[in-house]
Amino acid sequence: MSAQPQRVAEAEPANAAPARVLGGVILAVENVSLSFGGVNALSDVSFDVREHEVRAIIGPNGAGKSSMLNVMNGFYQPQRGVIRFRGHAYHGMKPHAAAAMGMGRTFQNIALFRGMTVLDNIMAGRSLKMRRNFFLQLLRWGPALREETEHRRAVEEIIDFLEIQHIRRTPVGRLPYGLQKRVELARALAMEPSVLLLDEPMAGMNIEEKQDMCRFVLEVNEHYGTTIVLIEHDMGVVMDISDRVVVLDYGRKIADGTPDEVRSDQAVIDAYLGVTHS
Amino acid sequence: MHLLYDIFVSPFAQMVGAPDLLVQTLWDGLVSGVLYALIALGFVLIFKASGVFNFAQGIMVVFAALTLVGLYQHGVPAYAALALTLVVMLVLAFGVERLMLRPLVNQPEIILFMATFGLTYFLIGLGELIFGGDPKVMIASQLGLPSGSYRVTVARGFVQLQKIDIAAAIIASIMVVGLGVLFNRTRIGRALRAVADSHKAALSVGISLEQIWVIVWFAAGVVALATGIMWGARSDVSFALEIIALKALPVLILGGFTSIPGAIIGGLIIGVGEKLGDFYWGPLVGGGIESWFAYVIALVFLLFRPQGLFGERIIERL
Amino acid sequence: MFYREVGQFKSSYAADQALLPILQDRIGIAVILLVAFVAVPLTASGFMLDSVLIPILVFALAATGLNLLTGYTGLLSLGTGGFMGVGAYSCYKLATIFPNVNIIVLILCSGLFAAAIGTLFGLPSLRIKGFYLAVATLAAQFFLSWCFIRIPWLYNYNISGSIEVPTRTLFGIPVTGPTASSETRYLVVLSIVVVLTLLAANLVRGRIGRMWMAVRDMDLAAELIGIRLYQTKLLAFAVSSFYCGVAGAMLVFLYLGSADPESFSINQSFLILFMVIIGGLGSLLGAFLGAALIRGLPILLRHAPAYFGVSLQSATVEQTSYLILGALIIVFLIVEPHGLARLWQIGKQKLRVWPFPY
Repeated sequence: MSAQPQRVAEAEPANAAPARVLGGVILAVENVSLSFGGVNALSDVSFDVREHEVRAIIGPNGAGKSSMLNVMNGFYQPQRGVIRFRGHAYHGMKPHAAAAMGMGRTFQNIALFRGMTVLDNIMAGRSLKMRRNFFLQLLRWGPALREETEHRRAVEEIIDFLEIQHIRRTPVGRLPYGLQKRVELARALAMEPSVLLLDEPMAGMNIEEKQDMCRFVLEVNEHYGTTIVLIEHDMGVVMDISDRVVVLDYGRKIADGTPDEVRSDQAVIDAYLGVTHS
Repeated sequence: MHLLYDIFVSPFAQMVGAPDLLVQTLWDGLVSGVLYALIALGFVLIFKASGVFNFAQGIMVVFAALTLVGLYQHGVPAYAALALTLVVMLVLAFGVERLMLRPLVNQPEIILFMATFGLTYFLIGLGELIFGGDPKVMIASQLGLPSGSYRVTVARGFVQLQKIDIAAAIIASIMVVGLGVLFNRTRIGRALRAVADSHKAALSVGISLEQIWVIVWFAAGVVALATGIMWGARSDVSFALEIIALKALPVLILGGFTSIPGAIIGGLIIGVGEKLGDFYWGPLVGGGIESWFAYVIALVFLLFRPQGLFGERIIERL
Repeated sequence: MFYREVGQFKSSYAADQALLPILQDRIGIAVILLVAFVAVPLTASGFMLDSVLIPILVFALAATGLNLLTGYTGLLSLGTGGFMGVGAYSCYKLATIFPNVNIIVLILCSGLFAAAIGTLFGLPSLRIKGFYLAVATLAAQFFLSWCFIRIPWLYNYNISGSIEVPTRTLFGIPVTGPTASSETRYLVVLSIVVVLTLLAANLVRGRIGRMWMAVRDMDLAAELIGIRLYQTKLLAFAVSSFYCGVAGAMLVFLYLGSADPESFSINQSFLILFMVIIGGLGSLLGAFLGAALIRGLPILLRHAPAYFGVSLQSATVEQTSYLILGALIIVFLIVEPHGLARLWQIGKQKLRVWPFPY
């Protein structure tokens, strides 16, 4: 393919510099409580995420991990507490506003657009970055066509990065599970997020797929400097790739620290292995 | 100013001034409400057990009534025709299960919904092809339904109560109680509720989906036949009734798709609401607002309570 | 054999994103357009133009409109007939008020009125979905039908309650009204339909089309990647209603010549929905195939038996076509939910690899 001379600023990842130097706090959860009816999903949870770090949230089933992510990008409104993003406090935020501020997200149960091709799915992730108006779109002429091509180039970079060139034109519904997870990551990356929320990116994968996915997550983090918040059940993975870990149990934070600190924390051991109450 | 008076003052003045007219309007509304509720009941039955929003329920009403009258016109005695119509509804239930539901199992709800549009057109075509499109007279007296009316005195005037309407109300109540017993007290009812909750889970504990679907579609057919008889006795039997049958949709929105009490109360609210609206406010805009007033009631309601009167609050998950 | 894309390489993204990336497709479309614009008006009979081609094109446009809403955005609407009526009646009023303005401009303007009304009735779409929305659009249908009957201003206080199309000329040639020739009306309809279809194709291939499909496939995920659901849905309502409105105006001005409220009833809404389902949800080609099939069916039923010496009464024809139509809907939903358009694609795929099975 002929490389066109001009490159687009937007198409280039925002922080292409080799990052991995942890910055200040980019996202903070402060005293968040969330309940459905009488059920407390989260009670008074606080923690922070620093720029460029890999932050894991772990905990037994039903600990409130997914709810935590849903609160962070505005899908659920917490009853109490605030989300602080780049220093601004948000009480109630709309999900599309969170996306506009730079929060990408993948889901535990894959949430792809099943009727669309892989390419269209990832292109859809760039909707926010495309600005040509309705009438130019209607004519698909001049600026609109140029914009489409520029974004296509950016999307192709992501496709290359995640090694999914061969399924570009396949409708997502026909792909196997592991590839769907990868496409979902691609769609989130297309938004060029500064914070990426990953909900069990490796659930249900075999060992090779997990290794691939780990590699991608780490590369995203290192190469683009994207801050990553992930939920994962595989302790080996969590301990290997994350900088700091939050442990939730029954909607409460029971531990917070580096993998080593968390691993030796008595409360965490109790939560996972059970404890006899005498 | 004058307009505001016409909207907010004058109708109520009329109500107080002529209480007999008010009572008559209320009664008429209640009666058509009962019939709306019966159609809605058919919807709810099928929706609960198969997750199918059966748009054809209104047409099933007409189809059943048309079959009954058509058979009678071809010389079948009234009660035999009734029995034969029940057989036809059973065959219809089997046919729908075999040819439509079974091949479409596990498809998205909206696909099943659209399939029932196809069923609607199929039944219209079939019914008219066999029995002709001309309006027919319901064989109410031959089936032993009462005719004539009572006059009840209300404050200086009187109110006319058709006997057939009273019979309709009674029959409707019997059917509701019967269905309530079927749903809540029998083994079939438990299976029905299980299927309604989750097809897969019901299958895994050995409930036969096919059987359940035939049963609910037949039950809905019986409800449709009863509705058709009552409705046919008040007007003619023809596919023009189709439009009236669509009135059951706002009823469902009010009552929620899965609630039998909701269907009944929703039906009564819509019936009374549209009669009052048409009688007291209709003349302001040129009359005939009955065709859409029910939808407006339902839409306004929907904006405040999207899950219906008796529906459960929906929590979306990801 | 002839349908091979081997050897056609694309060297830019623009070429890869073209409407018809394969050379043979481009040739095919060019031939079809040539036949439609040149050969058909020269050779086709008045019956063919008036009763077959013009209505198929008009309904194909309406089906395209509904397809943008239902097939692409996933919002089921039963108000199509009403929105077409808005287009028809506003075109009639515009033609009355501005007798000297080019009629084609008026037809397109009446689409804007339909778009406004459609957007208005799309407002509840944020809070309600699925069946509930279908019922809400049904409310629009009934309300609009009522307006067409009860507001005499809309039909210039005609005693008959119907609208009669006035004669309007374009470059001295009558385009609408009783004196306009079939060929002229056909060419006008064809031009409008071709242009609007091309615009729709542009729209659905770009950002807006992807946003619509994202909302259709999973609205919550769409919101989480930054798509504003409300605006996206309302835009779909507006564009869809614009197409339906233009189709409605053309229905009256270029096809029927006069119309009453019955032309825009709930039955019309259903027929157009059926065209979309049978043609293929989410396919522009499907709208044309569906319109051709559904408009063609009664014509076929009326004329085919005559060849065998049987003549059916018109009532029987109508009932039979209802029956067949109903059965077809169910069969298509079971066998091929993506409709005729998918069958066409499968056929093309077979042709591509012929004589090998794959």
